[in-house]
Amino acid sequence: MSVFNQSRSGIIQIAFGFVFLIIIGQLVNLQVFSSKYKLAAENNAIFRKIIYPDRGIIYDRNGKSILENTIMYDLVVTPVECKGVDTLSLCELMGIDTAEYKKRIKEISFRNGTVRPSVFEPLLSPDMYARLNENMFKFPGFVLSERSARSYPYSAAANVLGYIAEVDSSFLRKHKDEGYENGDYAGITGLERSYEKILMGRRGVKRFIRDNKSRIQGPFENGAYDTVAVAGKNLHLSLDVELQKLGEKLMNNKVGSIVAINPKTGGILCMVSAPTYDPNYLTGGQRRRHYGELALDPRLPLINRTVSTKYSPGSTFKTIVGIIGLTEGVINANTRIGCSGAYYGCGNGKPKCLDPGYFNFKEGIAHSCNTFFATVYKRILDQPRFPDADSGLKNFNQYASSFGLGRRLGVDVPSEKNGNLPISSYYRKIFGRKWNSCNIISNSIGQGEVQTTIVQLANVMATIANKGYYYTPHLVDSIEGGDPNGLLDSFKVKHVTRDVPDSVFTQVQDGMQAVMEFGTGAAAQVPGIVVCGKTGTVQNSAKVNGVMVKQKDHAFFGAFAPRDNPKIAIAIICENAGFGAESSAPIASLMIEKYLRDSVAGAERQKRVEVLANKNLIPPIMRLAMARMDSIKQAKILLLQQQRMKEDEDTIEEEIKMDTLNEVVPKQLKNKPIKDSGKKAFTFHNAEILVDEKKHNLNKKIAKA
Amino acid sequence: MATNKNNNQISPGIDWVIVWVYATLVAIGILCIFMVEYKPGINILQSFIAGKTNYSKQLMFSSICVVMTLFILLADSKLFTAFANLMYAFGITLMLATFVIGKSINGSKSWIPLGGGFNLQPAEICKIFTSLALAKFLARQETDFSKLRSQIIGGCIALAPAFLSVLQNETGLALVYFSFFIVMYREGLPPGLLIIGFSFGALVVATLVLEPNTLAIALTVIAGGVIYFTKRARKRNKNLLTTIIIVWTICVGIQRFAVPYIFNNVFQCYQSTRIFSMVGKDYDCSQNKSAMRRTADKEKAAKKPDDYNVRQSKIAIGSGGLIGRGFLKGTQTRGKYVPEQHTDFIFTSIGEAFGLTGSVIFLGLCLFLLIRIINTAEKQRSIFSRVYAYCVACIMFFHIVVNVCMTIGLFPIIGITLPFISYGGSSLLSFTILLFILVRLDADRQMVLR
Repeated sequence: MSVFNQSRSGIIQIAFGFVFLIIIGQLVNLQVFSSKYKLAAENNAIFRKIIYPDRGIIYDRNGKSILENTIMYDLVVTPVECKGVDTLSLCELMGIDTAEYKKRIKEISFRNGTVRPSVFEPLLSPDMYARLNENMFKFPGFVLSERSARSYPYSAAANVLGYIAEVDSSFLRKHKDEGYENGDYAGITGLERSYEKILMGRRGVKRFIRDNKSRIQGPFENGAYDTVAVAGKNLHLSLDVELQKLGEKLMNNKVGSIVAINPKTGGILCMVSAPTYDPNYLTGGQRRRHYGELALDPRLPLINRTVSTKYSPGSTFKTIVGIIGLTEGVINANTRIGCSGAYYGCGNGKPKCLDPGYFNFKEGIAHSCNTFFATVYKRILDQPRFPDADSGLKNFNQYASSFGLGRRLGVDVPSEKNGNLPISSYYRKIFGRKWNSCNIISNSIGQGEVQTTIVQLANVMATIANKGYYYTPHLVDSIEGGDPNGLLDSFKVKHVTRDVPDSVFTQVQDGMQAVMEFGTGAAAQVPGIVVCGKTGTVQNSAKVNGVMVKQKDHAFFGAFAPRDNPKIAIAIICENAGFGAESSAPIASLMIEKYLRDSVAGAERQKRVEVLANKNLIPPIMRLAMARMDSIKQAKILLLQQQRMKEDEDTIEEEIKMDTLNEVVPKQLKNKPIKDSGKKAFTFHNAEILVDEKKHNLNKKIAKA
Repeated sequence: MATNKNNNQISPGIDWVIVWVYATLVAIGILCIFMVEYKPGINILQSFIAGKTNYSKQLMFSSICVVMTLFILLADSKLFTAFANLMYAFGITLMLATFVIGKSINGSKSWIPLGGGFNLQPAEICKIFTSLALAKFLARQETDFSKLRSQIIGGCIALAPAFLSVLQNETGLALVYFSFFIVMYREGLPPGLLIIGFSFGALVVATLVLEPNTLAIALTVIAGGVIYFTKRARKRNKNLLTTIIIVWTICVGIQRFAVPYIFNNVFQCYQSTRIFSMVGKDYDCSQNKSAMRRTADKEKAAKKPDDYNVRQSKIAIGSGGLIGRGFLKGTQTRGKYVPEQHTDFIFTSIGEAFGLTGSVIFLGLCLFLLIRIINTAEKQRSIFSRVYAYCVACIMFFHIVVNVCMTIGLFPIIGITLPFISYGGSSLLSFTILLFILVRLDADRQMVLR
């Protein structure tokens, strides 16, 4: 019987083998030919963590670090581990109420799950960190995690250095292939932005294995595929932070800007845009709020006025007119032009002239004689070799443009404006085809359509100082470890002015020296140093309630020193400051002295620093706007205070923290019209509280009550 | 193994190859469980000894198995023939007992609590008894397996525990008993029966995959074609046409009514869902009777989107690639992405860690063991030993194939363990006993057992 059916044994064995072959076939299919499973596995189990390198440090010309990294702390929570947290004391420390605590925990759990750590409060202030750190044992599930943040040890040069912030969706769209992700930080303004690629370094990626609940289990393959983060490269600036600080101090309570350039290299020595702000204000946990405050400030502190604001250059432009006139030969050093109080070359007695006389070139510059330069300008444009005013203007513009006017210089801070050198087609539209030099005569004294930025003006000063060449003004002198992208190449190109002979520059410098010695710029003298300078006073107007109203003049000053071996070229504007002799010129004098001698010498000059620093030249329109904003703000706070008092007089001792106040305000305001409360508030309370003091006062008041 | 030497003296004729393959498989199993449970930074030796982790428990179970094998090898092989029927009766009693004193684990009331946290699954043990009983029945002198009566009795012996298993809600284990039909085929069951069974399976799958109408049309076309091409044969044999029409009717009946009925009324909702998800379709549980009953009881219907297990298991195996990620380096294993990885889905850990190479070697080892057992079977002089050996081979074959197919998405998920590899004392012990009874019988193959 056992032999019977034995053949079936073979069949069974073959069947077994066949089934196993099918299995192996499917295994080959899964393991060798389908790549999707491998991908799915990676997505499942590998957590890519991006390691952010330290951003590059920025040093000034003397090697002082003016922008560096510091460690800040985030309070991080893992909701599932929060058992037995002393919620009350945590809330007290954080200044939030328990409802807010619960809300946050709920939100975090919803957003990021309960088993993963999430940020509870980002970027704690140092004292908050200290308070929390002592009490951490009370809060299981909470940890303080380090994070690198930017810090500005000198609190200076906010507009130059710029700040970093979380990237938004439009940024991500623009920089698609550069590896940015949501939540990354990138430079938004200033050098942080223009040298983002250098400063950011190279990010590292660490791979971790995570489990089915997204908990980290350990490094993937012991870190074999991890890439190391490479720290950002450091930048060395030509900026002198001491000079910058002095500039910012002098420009305190003024609107305007200062740019100083080293004429030999084009390196910017200081770049002050006033009013400025403490750059540390825009780091840390309160960044968003502070940013809002700055953005709403009517003085526009976030604008870098040195490159982003165009001004009519005023009389400083006469130096250019003079140079072109001398080069073209329409005048020479001895040409004398009489001024009787106005220019009558065009028959309308414009522009006016302040001090009449009979001037040669030097005296014309020294006294900033409008008639003189109007005459020269007309002569330049109306030269017989030009068939019409079009070509005359074109010729003039070619000269002016070789001084770097009318186009972006290429300064290495973002949002530089190009200024304006009007061209003939523009005038044709206004005056018709047969326009002539008289139509545009106000350009001769820098008042017409000609517009420059302060950097351009400083660059003109540097060009005159150099007698005919300039390097593109720039902040970054060198990049530590090389400049792979050639970012600095354009700063090494020497730009030469259009065939202006040395003698012409000498004559202009003579004139500018005369300005300081017996002319309009006497206030800018520096004892013992030969300074060449030129004042400028620019009429301007602003829109107030929809009507153009004439404002106080802008005060310009451009200078360089020392004359024989120029080391600093400087341009200053104080908006609506009236005559330059009271603001721009003395500021220039102090800045030059500080740079050339490292300090301001003498008690008398020191005192002048303080006097200037305390001088408030904020234009009245801005003051008005600020007062309006302050009063609205104050009204809100007072209103709140009143309501609180009414609501619960018993619990008034409770500390009212500013944070909670601010959050409650909008809610309260919905109920009552703002105007009414505002009036009430003003009658109720002394309105002269300054913004910074008011918190203090409020707390005091409540404490007393 | 310290026990080898002793065995050698007391048991000449033991097939050491089988023993060594067995030992290797158990070792692989413990390593696989270790891979699944491994966490970096633990003291490996300590955790192996401490008995808290599954791999250390498995190690403990395997040492119990060593003791068990000693008992079996020391026993007289006549014992097994003598007590076969009695043990079968005992097994059936145990299974019946679960209805009274049973404990429900994972939804199936098929466990008998033994105390100390250990539970016994009678259906698992019953495979051995059934094998013995079937072998005993077929080895009877008066049994003539070519007779229908014997075939029916044999079928009943094999299927009685399966029936009880279904009642216990353990469909997976019940299916195992169908593997006895391969044994019966070897012993003379007409192949037509298997062909019909296979055709039925194919028809069911086709029903699931194809639209009902499409399949009906296809079947009709096939029937029409057969009628057309068998013109001549029909003339000779008048009954052929009737046969064809009957077969066609049955097929359409199955496809149209029987299969939907089975899925809606016999299977649980989750079982139907799993089977449907195998072929990539959704099963509407609202048609399922048991699901309806359950919702009527206001009990929440077990809702699980249900190819999660298979998908994760395929991902784990697929990510292994040609050579695998390496021992303890499998990310899916480390991340516990595959549910039940230490028991039913243990094969995924091999697939991920050692890739195609490891899987093929492992499957090769299994196949080698199976072929070895079949060859051993053919060497037997006694029918009892031969049938029993075939039973062992077929049960193991079924377990291995179904388990592996389940992890690679070729078979719906049913709770069937991978012999010697999967974690679990019941499973390991029952397969060990199953195999070592064979080793014992084989050692005594010179004796004629009836």
